[in-house]
Amino acid sequence: MEKIFSHPKSLRNIATHYCAGCGHGIAHRLIAEIVDELGIRERIIGVAPVGCAVIAYDYWDFDCSESAHGRALAVATGIKRVRPQNIVFTYQGDGDLAAIGTNETIHAANRGENVTVIFINNAIYGMTGGQMAPTTLLGQKTATTPLGREIKLHGYPLKISEMLALLPAVKYIERVSLHSPQEIIKTKEAIKRAFQNQIDNIGFSLVEILSPCPTYWDMPPKKALDWIKEVMIKEFPLGRIK
Amino acid sequence: MAKITIDREKCKGCLLCISFCPKGLISVDKDLNRRGAKPVKFKETPECPPSSRLRRTIPRSFSEGGCLGCAMCAIICPDCCIEVFK
Amino acid sequence: MTGNEAIAEGAIQAGCCFYAGYPITPQNELPAYMAKRMPEVKGVFIQAESELAAINMVFGASAARARAMTSSSSPGISLKQEGISYIAGAELPAVIVNVMRGGPGLGNIWPAQSDYFQATRSGGHGDYHSIVLAPSCVQEAYELMFLAFDLADKYRNPVIILGDGMLGQMMEPLRLSVSGYRLAAANRTPQTAHRKHWALTGCKGRRPNIVKSFYMVEGGLEKFNLTLQKKYQTIQQKEQRYESLFLDDARVILVAYGTMARIAKSAVNKLRKKGKKIGFIRPITLWPFPQKAFTQHLRPNAKYLVIEMSYGQMLEDVKLSVYGKAKVEFLGRAGGGIPTEEDIIRKVARIQ
Repeated sequence: MEKIFSHPKSLRNIATHYCAGCGHGIAHRLIAEIVDELGIRERIIGVAPVGCAVIAYDYWDFDCSESAHGRALAVATGIKRVRPQNIVFTYQGDGDLAAIGTNETIHAANRGENVTVIFINNAIYGMTGGQMAPTTLLGQKTATTPLGREIKLHGYPLKISEMLALLPAVKYIERVSLHSPQEIIKTKEAIKRAFQNQIDNIGFSLVEILSPCPTYWDMPPKKALDWIKEVMIKEFPLGRIK
Repeated sequence: MAKITIDREKCKGCLLCISFCPKGLISVDKDLNRRGAKPVKFKETPECPPSSRLRRTIPRSFSEGGCLGCAMCAIICPDCCIEVFK
Repeated sequence: MTGNEAIAEGAIQAGCCFYAGYPITPQNELPAYMAKRMPEVKGVFIQAESELAAINMVFGASAARARAMTSSSSPGISLKQEGISYIAGAELPAVIVNVMRGGPGLGNIWPAQSDYFQATRSGGHGDYHSIVLAPSCVQEAYELMFLAFDLADKYRNPVIILGDGMLGQMMEPLRLSVSGYRLAAANRTPQTAHRKHWALTGCKGRRPNIVKSFYMVEGGLEKFNLTLQKKYQTIQQKEQRYESLFLDDARVILVAYGTMARIAKSAVNKLRKKGKKIGFIRPITLWPFPQKAFTQHLRPNAKYLVIEMSYGQMLEDVKLSVYGKAKVEFLGRAGGGIPTEEDIIRKVARIQ
């Protein structure tokens, strides 16, 4: 018998702090698998966000930096501009990328920085206890929308990927999901493409990954995956956006 | 023939692997691990037969016997607890 | 060259290869100069979308081993405080230039020295210190850039150049010839060069590096903070710099920094010609504050007259240095007002 599936080398074999059923573990593993497959572990520099994945650098086995909340793309710009030979990526949640960091996101995209962005969209702020995110759905109950998100008070869920697609310097945007092994395989393909684009100097590439947060969606892990499939995808359709 | 191994101490008991195993070969272990979670365990032959829905749509030869090595469990596992051998 | 341009040229000569900034009066000549000059030395110039993006770009560039800097003026420097705290916490070298203007709020575009507290008391959150250097003429502004990048690399710390609108805008001839600071930088051998083993360059041939300021393991942050405090003690012992004149027989000692010091010095010389026993101390490092200038030559019967374009910020550090052993007086104007030589001479006459 041969081993056909194991933890990738670029992922440290340690238990994570993420909740049971959290999507971060899957996303971290996919990135590590791709880093191994593309052979870029010694070139890659990751930029971690503020959010549940603030210590993502403890789980990957390559060079990483932290960033202030929302500023990951400014930090990545600084790194990539002085070291264009390295592969630079940010890993950001919905608050980091589309709330406090919106300005840095839009301008890094508009400048066409040749970086890869992994955007984890779980429609909530997990680390701080389940508050509304820009991508929280209408009617979704959170710590700061106890009666559910309302258009009049909170506006609509923000489609940052669709907004970024308007920018001519953005070269690739795809929205994918983690709600089943089949979708995870497609997610891996999208992430791989986003990294390959950087290697090939094509330009700014972003993958938005719909990810479960069982704890703050108040659902068991399998129900959380079903919620993505049945509810979240209606608001955030999957597929290539640019 | 194929099999999986499960790192029971890393397992957080999310049970997603159980939902996606087409052969129903993973179940909950009644003994707690050091994290205080009930991890999952693997049986090479089914402990209970696959669901009736599966039995209607797949050939009998498939529904008998053990692990296919499809790795759906390992792919969905958020904690990288599962290794697959074929 | 204007002071702004001299600072930029000094940075380039000192090996700065990354600049990110945002336009704000009265320092706009600096980014404009960098926009032309950086491509000439194959460096990176970015006009960032905000001052806050700029400081975070500096964070990234510095983490990737580049000599990186940004510049702004008072309101923009306020925006950068979070980033400076992160730079200090991640122990990254960086140079931040503040060409001070009148405040608070939008204020005006005239010179001021009202950001002394912000610069020396760590304007961002946490127990950290930026090294603060205060040039008083265009030549010194150019030369201090070599020291700034050197200290930043040596101590893995942010260094603030505290100038003001007058310094930024005034034009004076500049000697690009080798200065003491520049010689020191040029003569550095590989053994004394600040190698940056901790930098992010891709983990080839070594274990991965992590640049972070986050310590959640119990006791971890306190332990880290103690190492920072030790670093700051070393800097305080070794890096105090100041200029002083006529301290031995002085009855009144004028204390001023930056462009205010030029006006004060001119008053000192005028008063000395009239036979008045006036002394002069010009701090060059504002943090570490040159306490030695006061403690080593303390004149208990003299009066220290602190002159600032503020309502009394460096005044507090002078009082702390003197520690009640001599009288400290103050003359200040802010909001764009500048104490004149006549103001100073009148004040000296009143307090003598």
